[in-house]
Amino acid sequence: MDQYPRQYMYMRAVRAKIFIDANFASAIDLNKIADEACFSKFHFVRLFKEIYGRTPHQYLTDVRIEKAKAYLEDGQTVAFACFKVGFDSISSFTGLFKRRTGQTPKQFQIAREEFRESVATAPLHHIPSCFAEKAGWVRTGSGSDRAAPAKSNLC
Amino acid sequence: MITKMNHASIFVLDQDSAFDFYVNKLGFTVNTDADMGPGKRWLTVNPPNQPDLELTLMPIGTGMMFNDESAATMRELVKNGTFGFGAFECEDVRATYEELKSKGVEFSKPPTEEFWGWNALFKDDSGNWFSLGQKKQD
Repeated sequence: MDQYPRQYMYMRAVRAKIFIDANFASAIDLNKIADEACFSKFHFVRLFKEIYGRTPHQYLTDVRIEKAKAYLEDGQTVAFACFKVGFDSISSFTGLFKRRTGQTPKQFQIAREEFRESVATAPLHHIPSCFAEKAGWVRTGSGSDRAAPAKSNLC
Repeated sequence: MITKMNHASIFVLDQDSAFDFYVNKLGFTVNTDADMGPGKRWLTVNPPNQPDLELTLMPIGTGMMFNDESAATMRELVKNGTFGFGAFECEDVRATYEELKSKGVEFSKPPTEEFWGWNALFKDDSGNWFSLGQKKQD
């Protein structure tokens, strides 16, 4: 590997990362990713980890979890998200998701739904009050929107 | 005493375009996207791994902080690349440079070795420039 110019090696590693980004849902394995980058598996893992701080497999898992989050945010079921991003077992997906995020997929989905609902119904809870005041966005409603404190104590 | 920063503003020419740039090209996460009435939107994003720092993609228009004249001036200044709004870190500048370039991000300075590490400069879709840095490992 070391006989190649460094920049050339970088471009191949980046190509591999982009390949993972685009093909995360497929049953890609490390050899396939290394093939895509024209590397031996050993050199590929070494360079990838040097650049991205994670092995290609760890990176692939991270990408899958992030994409699963997007499906869950869109209201898809846990099973749909699990299989759509390339996992083949709901229980292992759920366990992995919880280890990475601290929440089960369902807990994550409920929390995000609540957050979005809060942004939609009480946006001023999410905007530092100094900016809201400058924009002329004031609380005119009643109930929790009026009673609850603003999002932060920034201003 | 001050403990941390949780919001910072980046002034942008167009929020939809900035959304695409920061989310789809840089890989930032949308934190808050609130409809504030006709033509008004509060949009913040988080840099990766920094969920407690919201970058507000602040449109330059009349209202909020600008009148017609100052908005026009500010738009020109941003377009002309007057402002550097921050410095981002990454794991590897040269790899990040290659990836962002392949996504169409414009760099005004390619990765360059400095005494402290590596540095590059890129522009967002409005014209704001940012440093992209990587400290040397001890």
